[in-house]
Amino acid sequence: MVPVEYYITLSAILFSIGALGVLSRRNPLIIFMSIELMLNAANLAFVAFARVYETFSGQIFVFFVIAVAAAEVAVGLALIVEIFKSKKNINIDEMNSLKG
Amino acid sequence: MNSELIVFLVLSLVAIATALGMLLSKNAVYSALFLVLNFVTVAIFYLLLGAPFLAMSQITVYAGAIMVLFLFVIMLLGAENLKPSNSLPWQKPLAILLSVILGVEAIYLLLARSRSALNVTAPDAALNTMDSLRNMAETLFSQFLLPFEVTSILLLVAMVGAIVLSRAEKGAAK
Amino acid sequence: MHLSETVNTGFYFLAPGLVLVPLLGLLINAIFGKNFSEKMVGTVASLASGTAFIISLLLAYSVSINHGHPVSVPFAEWIHIGNLKLDWTFRVDSLSATMMLVVSGVGTLIHIYAIGYMHEDVRFKHEEGRFNRFFIYLNLFIAAMMILVSGDSYLMLFVGWEGVGLCSFLLIGFWYEMDTLARPSWANSNAAKKAFITNRVGDFGFLMAGFLMFWHLGSFQFDEVFKAAPAIAHESPWIIVAITLFMLVGVAGKSAQIPLYIWLPDAMAGPTPVSALIHAATLVTAGVYLVTRSAPLYTLVPQAQYIVAMVGATTALFAATIAVGQYDIKKVLAYSTISQLGFMVAAVGMGAYVAGMFHLITHAFFKALLFLSAGSVILGLERGHHAHAHHTHHDEKPKGKHKKEEHGHHGGHDDHGEVFDPGDMRNMGGLRKTMPVTFWLYMAGTLALAGIFPFAGFWSKDEILLDAKLHFTSIYWQLSIAAFFTAFYMGRQIWMVFFGEARSDAAKHAEESPRVMTVPLMVLAVLSVAGGALNLPFEGFHNLGHWLEYTLGEVHALPLDLGVAGISTLLALLAIFVSWLIYGRNPLKTGQVDPLKKPLGFVFTGMENKWFVDEGYGVLIIKPFKWISQFLADVVDWKFWHDFVHDTVIAGTYNWLSEVALSRYADQKGIDAFFNSWGDFTQWLSGNARKIQNGFVRSYALSVLLGVVLILGYLILK
Repeated sequence: MVPVEYYITLSAILFSIGALGVLSRRNPLIIFMSIELMLNAANLAFVAFARVYETFSGQIFVFFVIAVAAAEVAVGLALIVEIFKSKKNINIDEMNSLKG
Repeated sequence: MNSELIVFLVLSLVAIATALGMLLSKNAVYSALFLVLNFVTVAIFYLLLGAPFLAMSQITVYAGAIMVLFLFVIMLLGAENLKPSNSLPWQKPLAILLSVILGVEAIYLLLARSRSALNVTAPDAALNTMDSLRNMAETLFSQFLLPFEVTSILLLVAMVGAIVLSRAEKGAAK
Repeated sequence: MHLSETVNTGFYFLAPGLVLVPLLGLLINAIFGKNFSEKMVGTVASLASGTAFIISLLLAYSVSINHGHPVSVPFAEWIHIGNLKLDWTFRVDSLSATMMLVVSGVGTLIHIYAIGYMHEDVRFKHEEGRFNRFFIYLNLFIAAMMILVSGDSYLMLFVGWEGVGLCSFLLIGFWYEMDTLARPSWANSNAAKKAFITNRVGDFGFLMAGFLMFWHLGSFQFDEVFKAAPAIAHESPWIIVAITLFMLVGVAGKSAQIPLYIWLPDAMAGPTPVSALIHAATLVTAGVYLVTRSAPLYTLVPQAQYIVAMVGATTALFAATIAVGQYDIKKVLAYSTISQLGFMVAAVGMGAYVAGMFHLITHAFFKALLFLSAGSVILGLERGHHAHAHHTHHDEKPKGKHKKEEHGHHGGHDDHGEVFDPGDMRNMGGLRKTMPVTFWLYMAGTLALAGIFPFAGFWSKDEILLDAKLHFTSIYWQLSIAAFFTAFYMGRQIWMVFFGEARSDAAKHAEESPRVMTVPLMVLAVLSVAGGALNLPFEGFHNLGHWLEYTLGEVHALPLDLGVAGISTLLALLAIFVSWLIYGRNPLKTGQVDPLKKPLGFVFTGMENKWFVDEGYGVLIIKPFKWISQFLADVVDWKFWHDFVHDTVIAGTYNWLSEVALSRYADQKGIDAFFNSWGDFTQWLSGNARKIQNGFVRSYALSVLLGVVLILGYLILK
């Protein structure tokens, strides 16, 4: 008998950690992984609620999120590889040519 | 205090610990491995919540494919370790602060606005059988057919995109 | 209209002709004069004046057949504003008829005389073209004087008053670019200006009287004023006193009393007919007429009357003393005129209006006669001078003498090397042999003026003296002493001019005047002799008195007082005897100083120099006036007004306002700075806002998170 609030709390904590990771790491790959963590946290919340309301919509949504996450990772990593080819360096602070 | 709760607490500790480990470790490979562990934990959570299919797909897709891909790229780029340099010294403290606030707010919102105390019971045997899978499939292919098809197109686009992006320049090494 | 009807009711409709006929004469001469011969011009002018005289006769006749009833002849509407109605109306009554007769009668005689006089005068001054202008001005004068005497209201009287002032200016300054000796100078125009300005002071008095009259009595019209006056005199007599005294100022100006007489001697700068007509017979009598006309006002305020009489008597005595020391023949006559006017003013001041008017008439006769005869004498000397110049200066040009443009030329100057003055009595002498007609005419005038029985002057002066003795003893003594001096200086003049030996070549060769000049003089001489018949102080002969009674109301006719008459005659004869003792017995020789100079010493110097009155005026009034106007012009106007107020204050302030205040501060520092600051602010803002785009992804992510946190916070707080 786990109250759903616990799951929500856990999801929120994981999400915050993911956000922190996005903000404070300079390695774009770590940032990407933090994004995945955030997605995961959201998925967890979805499933928890699906369970509570006894509906499958939440789980199906998570299914789609996983699919999208996969697609996104593929393209994202391809981009990072491309950036590395030109800059020889993937420190995200170096990528400031959009500086106004 | 029952066994479910204890299991949940232990698992959540593991999840948080691995997340922090991913966050704090200097070595990118270590971060990736931590994240894999985190995904596995979350998969177990899914099981606890009576979503076996998702648990399996989590492990195969997320932990198996995505993280492997990550590890490939980490190793390809030699990005295990980065030189320490910080151009935005003010950013880190502010980021920590904001994240903490975000967490607190999120928890508060989600808890304070909930209408009823809901409980999640342990899954009984019926949930983790093939029946749930069948029900889910039925829902997927009837109610969510369009998003399913669109997702397949999305995956196609992603594939094409990845290939285009990683194709060599014209005139460059073929 | 049948003649009989006209005769019964009168020829009143002719009244406007008094003014219009002379105006017509002057217009004809003005437009066509340059095509006329001199005789024609003179004839037109004399006819105009003569016609006015005939009209006056007819009007006088009309008055008499209507038993002196005053008649108003409306002529033209002038000012009609709301309730205010001021019109030009003629008034025909016995007083105005008397004045009309005198003015037009003596005026016509002088017009005829002037034909001859001006003919010679313009030739002596080499300005033949100006003959025409003289007669235009003379006719204008007649017209203006007629307006004065025939007006039905003080307003029309004033119109004429101003008109004759203008004419006297024009005529005195006839030879405006010369002085009396024909040298180029400002002297004549200054004399004309002096006359005009002094008269203006008098006009100011008249105007003040007019304003007071209109304000308090409500009208200018004679009848209405006289009707309303007693009531005002009863309530607040000071108003009537003020009106009458202000009128006295006007009289002092026009009739040359103290203190405004100073213009009359200088007015001798005009040609002699002008002096005769204007300054002896007509213009100067306007003041006396004014007082007589205003008799109803004066009788209400005896204090004012006494002041008038004192002014008159003082003037009479003062002017007589000056006449004793003058050397110019016309100046003696001028001061004599002032003195006799003093007699007249004293008479009307004492309330003896008939005596005053009587003396006015007789004085017009003999003074005109004297002036015109003096003109004859002067021309005689001029002729003698020219004849002499012809004889002794063959090689000089015949027109040599008074050429204006040839200054350093000794063109025909006499042997003494200075300019010849034909009016100076010291250059005359023994003229009774060379100019006998003029001599007898002059004698007639002199005896009349001195007041010798039975000439006209005796009767008129005697009546004044009688009235004075009965009511105002101090005035009687003043007037008697003045009469003594009158006879004395006239005697002096006769001995100096006509007796003894000629003191200059011009006098030796003097020629008699032509008939066109002497005939009018003979008419005047007859009038001077017989004029006393107008108002003999015997029962049944008070003709003038009865005549004027129609206008003035009851007149006290005084019988002859042998005592007064005897004393005055004795005084006159004594004076003539004394003058013979001094001037006649040992006639003056050429260059000899006046025999009175040593015995009388500084007194004679005073008389010679007219008691320095003009110099006194110069110091007291004219110099400060000039100083004030200089000060006002230079300091107040230029320095203060222009330089300070305009340039410094106004222009400077304006410039300061525009350059400093508005341009520099308001515009540049204020408005520009304000709007520039907007631009600067925008630049600053954008410069700083640009820093957000630092290119670092992490900071962008941070801001996204920040936004999320804020939104969540908002949702929580909501």
